[in-house]
Amino acid sequence: METLDLKVPLQLTIALGPDLLLMGGAMILLLWSAWRPDSAKHQRAVAIGSIVLTIITGTVTWWYLIKGYTAAPGPIAVDNFRWMADLVILIGTGFAIALARDDNDRQGIGVAESHVLILLASSGMMLLAAARDLMIVFLAVELMSVAVYALAGLNRRSIRAAEGALKYFLLGAFSSAFLLYGIALIYGATGSTNLALVAERMSATALGTSPLMLAGIAFLLVGFGFKVATVPFHMWAPDVYDGAPSAITAYMAATVKAAAFVAFIRVWLEAFPDVYTVWHSAVAGLAIATMIVGNAIGLVQRNLKRLLAYSSIGHAGYLLVAIAPATLRGGSAMLFYLFVYTLSTFGAFAVIVAMTRPGRGTVMVDELSGLWAVRPWLAVAMAVIMLSLLGFPIFGGAGFVAKWYVLQAALQARMPQTALAVVLVLTTVVSAGYYLYVILVMFMRPPNPDAAALPATPPLTRLVLAVTVIGILVIGVYPNWFQRVASKGVPRRESISAIGMPPTPAASAR
Amino acid sequence: MNEFLSSIGYMSWVLPALLAIPVLGAALIWLSPTPRRRGVTPGADEIAAGLANGPRWIAFLVLLVEFIVSIGLWWAFDPGVARWQAAFDMSWIPMWGVRFTVGIDGIALMMILLTTSIMVLSVLGSWTGIRTRTHAYYSLMLILTSGMLGVFMALDLFLFYVMWEVMLVPMYFIVGIWGGERRIYASVKFFIFTMAGSLLMLVAIVYLGLAAADVRTGIPNFSYDYILQTVRVTPTAALWLFGAFFLAFAVKVPMFPFHTWLPDAHVEAPTAGSVVLAGIMLKLGTFGFLRLAVPLFPEAAMRGDVRAVILGLAVIGILYGALVSLVQPDFKKLVAYSSVSHLGFVMLGIFALTVQSVQGSLLVMINHGISTGALFFLIGMIYERRHTRMIEAYGGIARVVPLFATLLTIVSLSSIGVPGTNGFVGEFLVLLGSFRTHPVLSVISATAVIFAAAYLLWAIQRILFNALDKPENEHIPDLNRRELAIMVPLIAGIIWLGVYPAPVLRRMEGAATRFVQQVETRAFRAVAER
Repeated sequence: METLDLKVPLQLTIALGPDLLLMGGAMILLLWSAWRPDSAKHQRAVAIGSIVLTIITGTVTWWYLIKGYTAAPGPIAVDNFRWMADLVILIGTGFAIALARDDNDRQGIGVAESHVLILLASSGMMLLAAARDLMIVFLAVELMSVAVYALAGLNRRSIRAAEGALKYFLLGAFSSAFLLYGIALIYGATGSTNLALVAERMSATALGTSPLMLAGIAFLLVGFGFKVATVPFHMWAPDVYDGAPSAITAYMAATVKAAAFVAFIRVWLEAFPDVYTVWHSAVAGLAIATMIVGNAIGLVQRNLKRLLAYSSIGHAGYLLVAIAPATLRGGSAMLFYLFVYTLSTFGAFAVIVAMTRPGRGTVMVDELSGLWAVRPWLAVAMAVIMLSLLGFPIFGGAGFVAKWYVLQAALQARMPQTALAVVLVLTTVVSAGYYLYVILVMFMRPPNPDAAALPATPPLTRLVLAVTVIGILVIGVYPNWFQRVASKGVPRRESISAIGMPPTPAASAR
Repeated sequence: MNEFLSSIGYMSWVLPALLAIPVLGAALIWLSPTPRRRGVTPGADEIAAGLANGPRWIAFLVLLVEFIVSIGLWWAFDPGVARWQAAFDMSWIPMWGVRFTVGIDGIALMMILLTTSIMVLSVLGSWTGIRTRTHAYYSLMLILTSGMLGVFMALDLFLFYVMWEVMLVPMYFIVGIWGGERRIYASVKFFIFTMAGSLLMLVAIVYLGLAAADVRTGIPNFSYDYILQTVRVTPTAALWLFGAFFLAFAVKVPMFPFHTWLPDAHVEAPTAGSVVLAGIMLKLGTFGFLRLAVPLFPEAAMRGDVRAVILGLAVIGILYGALVSLVQPDFKKLVAYSSVSHLGFVMLGIFALTVQSVQGSLLVMINHGISTGALFFLIGMIYERRHTRMIEAYGGIARVVPLFATLLTIVSLSSIGVPGTNGFVGEFLVLLGSFRTHPVLSVISATAVIFAAAYLLWAIQRILFNALDKPENEHIPDLNRRELAIMVPLIAGIIWLGVYPAPVLRRMEGAATRFVQQVETRAFRAVAER
């Protein structure tokens, strides 16, 4: 274990190693992709190059994780939480590029830069996972968002993609403004944007009830609420998810959300641990609203991408449950959940990519009719993924383990979140309504005889599907190794006591 | 026999083996040649194409092996020992304190033997009835077997919950793919009802595990024994936790207001699905009450008002099930509703809380498995011939199918509870035992036996005996040898348990007595502490 001094440029460079590697590599790939005119072949080559870069960055990040660097509190965090969040992001990035390559091929999109845009967005996310200063949080959010705005509108010929992209851009800019305003207010109240300094000054000067501070926290919550699509800030999600190419939708639903959640929990646990009682009810309220509305509206969706969009809103609610108790266990549970959610979401979208017929951007649930008879393995894989999203043991594997982790984290706290746990399981029952509907359509309805034959599933999509489904099943039976890794991934290792034990309401009332 | 069993270390590996054999069998079925590779389109009639032999034979042989392995427990089990037998313990998820712990007592023993025997017969019962996608069907049957056995032997609450949910998926597919006309509706309803009931149990289990957590490391503990001995929660918390467990098990039993999934699922399921649902899966609910809900929270379960509500629901279920059965035109639905009535007796016996009534409940659980299972088999056999389950479509067929008629009469008499059959012993014990603590309820419930006679005798009169006035009934072939092979063991069980239930009772007596004593002392202590 080595402690880095972030004031020394060389050591700062080491601390930012994986991020710089990905950014630099992305620049080179950008030049390469612009070197030749758009073509299907060039697009595929750039995709392979991008995947290789992602794998290299992942390996380096893994090495950092094993090496266990630490650093004194500074503008960026050097801790396990960051490296693990990076790994979740990079796994998502790899899946997204693999799916995007096949999807671009099938839909006739020849823009090689799309893969580089994914890499750039991912480097923004990695910076977001590292940010320990509100300014860097904002910078990283913008870096990530601008690339994703462009990705959302990638399919220039589709009106719905254009609508979704514009909506995403306008609401994204709107939420960035909230975020920035919140940061400004917090700076006004505490005189700093560094998370550790904010926390310190807040507890030293009893700022917990200052209106400036409260407004700052509220604006920040709204900003993050938009980014992770919690109710009532979720309106953009279904349209954007439906309009964007499937691979990009998966990337937005899983990886963008994961990065935003990582920053969310870091800011909340590091900057606002002492005003737990102030924000707790707001986060709990958001969680309850998100779980109920996301899952309830999911029930009436007949478009598979929109269905998964509402499912992802529901999952944002479950993740908020992990934040609500404000414990380190909640942080580990959230990381584990994000990892499993990434697997399930990319698996589901791999099926969508395989099912999308050329020239159509979307898949209706009824198009899966009788899939079991036509493509048995695809149907079984989709069933496993749906059960994983539902959180069903053994058959849904990892999904259940992740949900159990969140439930345990919610109940194992100074203030057990029993109400949130109960809402979580009750909304899970509601979500069974739409996840089961997908399974039902695939297995219990006859195939549609008029449907045109499905094109063969492209190789990288197959690979993504195999990796995610096997991962889900293996983790479902034997989660030990992943758990051990996740349990080490807690933000702010150096001052565990401050976060682990939020003040009880009685104590702060006095 | 015992020397042989101990010489092979039987008790140390039998329970994990019972869980593993069906799963391996399911894998074996998937490896056997599939119709697709042999050039038949999926969904076509695989029996007609001569392709369905592999899966059904593998499933039959695997379950036969499973039954033979399990039957050793009958001798190896020592009724005089008051701890878990055949116990097996292994670390599973150490960070959460989850262990793979299994073991049995007398109750679990009988339930496991019931399960393994019914499953063998179920495969025989689906032999010609399931004609499409036989690979998937028999694999699911095997996985279902593991799931149900897992619930009966689990001694770790995490494992219990996992097994509890695992058996849901195979049954969902079995009903939904191979069921009758309204199969999709029935299977979704079954799945959602059961899952809605059990998810609150998940929260309760996590809560209990955390309450039993190691103070120093904070690692929870889900061991049943440990939680039973150490965890003491406040009366309010106990009430909520009991409520969560109650909901999960009451849906499964099913108790009166939660029973609406049952007629749909039982009627729409294929024959073997109905047999498994009625014969085994319903018992998982009452088993849950005996194993978890009541012993863990005796002070909540035995509170005057809670007990009154549950006993009241049980009696309503007994009468309601019987009365609704009276007016059913569909024979399968009639039998399905009669389950509500029979399981009401089980709940009455458990909550009357005398040794006799609990033993009676256990016997009713076994008897109902045998008799109702046999009834569903017989309905399936006649349905395969005539493709209708409506009582009015038949009439006077005793002359055409004498063998079928004889068996149906014997099984119906056992379901009614005529002395000399198994049904009599169980219900009699329940009524006798509950009369000591709740005379009024017991008298009211006794009337249901009369209703049972009415609905079943009336039904078999209309099916078997009235005038043979429908030409399509004149040429029904009688039971064949395979069907006799299914029915003979069941009839033997009916007569054996009716005449000489002592060996079965002896094996369950210890567990039943311990259950009653434990609950009484703890409930009493809780009242005294208050």
